[in-house]
Amino acid sequence: MADPMRIRAQIKDGVTDVRVLMAHPMETGLRKDSAGKTIPAHHITEVKATVGARTVLEARWSQAVSQNPFLQFRFSGAKAGDKVTVTWTDNTGDKRTDEVAIS
Amino acid sequence: MRHATRRDVLQQGSVFAALVACGLITAGQAQAAVDNAAFEAKTLADALKLLGGAADSKDVTITSPDIAENGAVVPVSVTSKLAKTQEIYILVEKNPQPLTATFTIPEGTDAFVSTRVKMGQSTNVVAVVKADGKLYSTTKETKVTLGGCGG
Repeated sequence: MADPMRIRAQIKDGVTDVRVLMAHPMETGLRKDSAGKTIPAHHITEVKATVGARTVLEARWSQAVSQNPFLQFRFSGAKAGDKVTVTWTDNTGDKRTDEVAIS
Repeated sequence: MRHATRRDVLQQGSVFAALVACGLITAGQAQAAVDNAAFEAKTLADALKLLGGAADSKDVTITSPDIAENGAVVPVSVTSKLAKTQEIYILVEKNPQPLTATFTIPEGTDAFVSTRVKMGQSTNVVAVVKADGKLYSTTKETKVTLGGCGG
């Protein structure tokens, strides 16, 4: 299980601003280690953010997103105290879900 | 990971188009599959073709540094002023696989995303936005002083 994400969701004038920092190596599969062996690709492929049953953002990523990815997006129609849930899946099938209340 | 050749990728695209035409698979499934092929495309032109081509638009804005000191972490934001923005794609032209990220924007979510991407050398960043079924794009150059693909 990977390390937890750091999520911050703040509401202002009805618009919720969500910032997510995920802990992930995001290996491209193109790099080589010191012994010259290729490091296998290991990167997040899908990210989904939901509020209750409503999906507010879905993303599909390639290996070119930076290590420990950062993601910011905004949506309206939620209120303070609602929970934002973010889930990522990587190419090895590993998953991580974290949630935070909107403040 | 199996590296698809350009020919394979293009063939897959046309096969999916045919399957949709026959009504064998729904457009939603086909979209996901086309995305997979687009992720494996090796050149910007191929990736754009697989997404469906795009027209330049002033309503799409990319915010990224003009000069990035570290190519491993380049902040890129995309904003669209187009009504009914459904999807945002970020492509980095000179990366081995240009298509970097796709975002699906449901109703109620702002047409804005911000993330950080890797780029191996100075390159154009292309943002493609799908709004009301049509594709619009904009391009911005970012100079990289230190590449992001080495160790």
